[in-house]
Amino acid sequence: MKPNAMLFAAAALAFSLSPVGAESVLKIRPFGDLKQIDPIVTSDYMVRNHGYMVYDTLFAMDEKLEIKPQMVESYEISADNMTYTFRLRDGLKFHNGAAVVANDVVASLKRWGKKDGLGQTLIAKTAKLEAVDDKTVRLVLAEPWGLVLDALGKPSSNVPFIMPASIAATPADQSITDPVGSGPFIMKKDEWVPGAKIVYVRNPNYTPRADAPSGLAGAKIAKVDRVEWHYIPDAQTALNALQAGEIDILEEIPPDLLPVIRSVKDIKIVRQDSLGAQAVFRMNTIQPPFNNQKIRQAVSYMINQKTFLSAYIDDPAQITECPSFYMCASPYKTDAGWPKPDMAKAKQLIAESGYDGTPVVILHAQESGPTNTFSLVAAQVMREIGLKVDAQAMDWGTLVGRRASKAPTSQGGWSLFISAPTGADMMEPVGHLALRSNCDKAWFGWPCDETIEKLRAEFAVTVDIEKRKKLAEQIQLRAVETVPYWPIGQISLMRAQSARVDGVLNAAIPVYWNISKK
Amino acid sequence: MSAGADAVDSIEEPLSGRAADSRSGFGVHRALIASSVVLLAFVAVAALAPYSLVDPAQIDPLVRLRPPSMETPFGTDHLGRSVLSRTISGARVSLAVGAGVMMATSVIGVAVGIICGYFRRVDGILMRVMDAVMAAPAILLAIALMALSGPSIGNLVIAITLPEVPRMARVVRASVLSLRGRTFVEAAITAGCSAPTILLRHILPGAVGPMMVQATYVFASAMIIEAVLSFLGAGTPPATPSWGNMMAEGRQYLQRAPWILAFPGGALTIIVLAVNLLGDALRDRFDPRLMRTAISGGKMRAR
Amino acid sequence: MIGFAAKRIAATAPVLVLVAVFVFLLLRLAPGDPAAIIAGEQATPEQILAIRQKLGLDAPLLSQFASWIGQLALGDLGQSIFSGLPVSELIAQRLQPTLMLAMATIIFAVLIAIPLGVIAAKRAGSLIDRMTMAGAVLGFSTPVFVIAFLLVYIFALSFRLFPTQGYVPLEQGVLASLHSLVLPALALSWTYIALIARVTRAAVLDVLQEDYVRTAHAKGLSEARIMSRHVLKNAAAPVITVIGIGLAALLGGVVVTETVFSIPGLGRLTADAILRRDYPVVQALILLFSVVYVLANLIVDLSYGLVDPRVRA
Repeated sequence: MKPNAMLFAAAALAFSLSPVGAESVLKIRPFGDLKQIDPIVTSDYMVRNHGYMVYDTLFAMDEKLEIKPQMVESYEISADNMTYTFRLRDGLKFHNGAAVVANDVVASLKRWGKKDGLGQTLIAKTAKLEAVDDKTVRLVLAEPWGLVLDALGKPSSNVPFIMPASIAATPADQSITDPVGSGPFIMKKDEWVPGAKIVYVRNPNYTPRADAPSGLAGAKIAKVDRVEWHYIPDAQTALNALQAGEIDILEEIPPDLLPVIRSVKDIKIVRQDSLGAQAVFRMNTIQPPFNNQKIRQAVSYMINQKTFLSAYIDDPAQITECPSFYMCASPYKTDAGWPKPDMAKAKQLIAESGYDGTPVVILHAQESGPTNTFSLVAAQVMREIGLKVDAQAMDWGTLVGRRASKAPTSQGGWSLFISAPTGADMMEPVGHLALRSNCDKAWFGWPCDETIEKLRAEFAVTVDIEKRKKLAEQIQLRAVETVPYWPIGQISLMRAQSARVDGVLNAAIPVYWNISKK
Repeated sequence: MSAGADAVDSIEEPLSGRAADSRSGFGVHRALIASSVVLLAFVAVAALAPYSLVDPAQIDPLVRLRPPSMETPFGTDHLGRSVLSRTISGARVSLAVGAGVMMATSVIGVAVGIICGYFRRVDGILMRVMDAVMAAPAILLAIALMALSGPSIGNLVIAITLPEVPRMARVVRASVLSLRGRTFVEAAITAGCSAPTILLRHILPGAVGPMMVQATYVFASAMIIEAVLSFLGAGTPPATPSWGNMMAEGRQYLQRAPWILAFPGGALTIIVLAVNLLGDALRDRFDPRLMRTAISGGKMRAR
Repeated sequence: MIGFAAKRIAATAPVLVLVAVFVFLLLRLAPGDPAAIIAGEQATPEQILAIRQKLGLDAPLLSQFASWIGQLALGDLGQSIFSGLPVSELIAQRLQPTLMLAMATIIFAVLIAIPLGVIAAKRAGSLIDRMTMAGAVLGFSTPVFVIAFLLVYIFALSFRLFPTQGYVPLEQGVLASLHSLVLPALALSWTYIALIARVTRAAVLDVLQEDYVRTAHAKGLSEARIMSRHVLKNAAAPVITVIGIGLAALLGGVVVTETVFSIPGLGRLTADAILRRDYPVVQALILLFSVVYVLANLIVDLSYGLVDPRVRA
């Protein structure tokens, strides 16, 4: 009671000292709408970005793409590489005032391990994950695995965010409803207007690290009192709002608007994330027509990355043709087995495939820039090679809901969606979002291939970089044959910000700590 | 906004009859010809479109967002498609949707209107149903129907027709009611003519005028609703070059390439304007007295 | 008058019931299983069955309808499939912007349209008349979003007079709130102005030719007195009626206007809910809009009776 009362008094004092209206508010137009608040149940990037506001992570990726401790003060790895011991920092507190203890970490990681690809592997390889005392967590592997820290410091979906154990006790297929975390911001759930506005306030009890911020690592200091996310679906409207000073930061600017923005003074354009994104042509491999491997192979010849990319972006600096399933920045990048675009060959494959005319149902999210343009181009080229196309217009939220359906296309199912997952999810075979071919557990589209899975498992336990490269190449060769998806190319997403904004971090994910407003 | 066009006639006609009298016959005639010419021009362009043009779906990333010029008269859009070709194809879609809705509405509306006006026993029930349909805002109803049935032009016509039917039914019913009391109809009934004969021979011809006027308003309104639905993402399938889709895509480029939105937007405004003027001119041409009694009679009873 | 009102109210009841039936059937007959949507990504058939039972979706249509009406009567509008929040809460969150927008629009429309209509009628055949009427036809020949874009381009981007988007809640200042409503209300009132101006002109023209107006002129009454005493009073009924009828167009236009201006109101909620197939929300909102429309027209009918005694017969 007493500390609470003191806190209240302090808050009241602080409030009375600051004149009304002096509260600093950072207004963001995020690229999408926040549909829900459970970053484990869904891999939706908006929910992930929300997660970075309210939660903290054990490890985090810095600007140089290295994994650094975040909530962890220190950690030890046993000589046999089988036992990891993590010690939590002092002063970590949840928004409700409770201290973060080892049990919370264990419960959060276990829940995450039920959903995330890398997490599933980690938990499968773990013999014991336990709280030694309030501050210490011990992880004992059942077999050697080289990616423990990469998994715990995974920058993108699903991120192993740490939640209170009581919330992490929610079954992994059921969404949590309480946004309490230990991150630098607190979500004001009473001010949340789904579909329009999400409000966060500074977490006054957050204890940042001492080291300087770098990427997602280092000190997370909330330099504004409030962060408001205003969901403005229409990019032109959002740009108007930015020009008029109604918002400060505009995420994911459609590239065609860049020339307009460049001509406006007091607005800066910066890269939204350090890695960029890989646009993917993701097929549903369990329903016709794309359950037919020949048709999927036809797609691999049909896609000319240059045609697709240049339909979306003029600026060559923002696009990269990359003949690989891995990001071109990845050490595992290889063009092994990569087919040259060839429409005649694609047509021929369709003719050989015994295609029965089942239409390709495209989940066509119109308000998402790359998805919209690439879906239009895809529809056009698919028609050219003789596929029937049924493009169904929707918003991104609907797409996210619909793509989970395994039903036939005639019963609400789907054949194709186009998305641009962050490069962080496309760096190497184990964490690769779209190459994963473990059937039901794979990303939407559910490709199923034992060979790829065996090679991925082997990759995970291999330490030697040259051997790893060899494995990555073998995986690519196999995937060129099974075609779990096809890359459309790499794009860099841009974010526009008002000149009043300072301290935006160059991170793999757009995050909003460390930012101040003049 | 779009329903406004139909709402007008059902209330204004009884009142504007006398105002129209004062207008010169020549003026009405001229408006009729001018708006018909504009409409026919659109129809002709739309009909000839497939023979002479670049494929409106042809994507060419090398000529994206080109402003209007000699080679590309209306410019190109964000995928390098010809805005001219797409505007012309869009005319086909708009006219098809407008005409489809107009015909469907007329057929159903006339059937319901005649049944209600002539067979008084079902009138109460049917008109209450019509009132209920009319109570839901047309655009919402159409979006809901589209979301349920999926994007296709056929579904679009159905989705726009349904909310339009009640007004047509009311107009027709009102003319039937007023004609039914006329001496020549009474005479036919007394002479023992069968109901179908009376309806076809004596009543339907009299109801044609108001019906045609209402039909033009439906035509105009359907084209606007098509644009609005496509704009909201619940209209024609995204790859179809309809004016609504073009405007929905073009709004992203309002500052950089305003021509993508301007041409279809302008075309839509002109054609809807022409159709609305045609409706006004037709209304003024038909016997204002008949229109007046027919529609005001229906009005009072329906409310 | 009381008898007239009672009759009107009694006539409204069956329409409301039919609207409810209609909205109910519209969504029940839709393809797709709401239970499967609620159950989510990795649901087993058993889970879907359980949800279907929990929601009563396996019961016969008639009893589903009965329980839905029962819930409605208790003020329970169900739960959003998408966000899991009660529909009534979603509506409450978004009621204010829409109400404010609708009121501002009607006020704008009436303030602009009625004087325009009266002037046009007084000077029938003049340039002002022709311009007004041409503008009116143009008004409902232009989609509301085209007008909205033009307004934003001119008044928000070029002259920076008004915000480009968004809505400032009343709690953050009445003036700021009204300021944020100017452009959306103008855009939305465009059609409405066209509609009311046309009807006002016609109604005033009609009355101007009545014998009692001529008599009044002959008696040498002042123009202002004739207008206020005779003309406006007698022309009011059709104008009030058209305001009521136009409400349907207004409610539909709200969806587009809120989308263009990014206003977090009921219109955008409806459009989003429909596109996401969030059936309970769609059902509740279409019902709400319809009820508002029916009731508004009931009020119009009643006021019609007040200004024009002949109708009461």
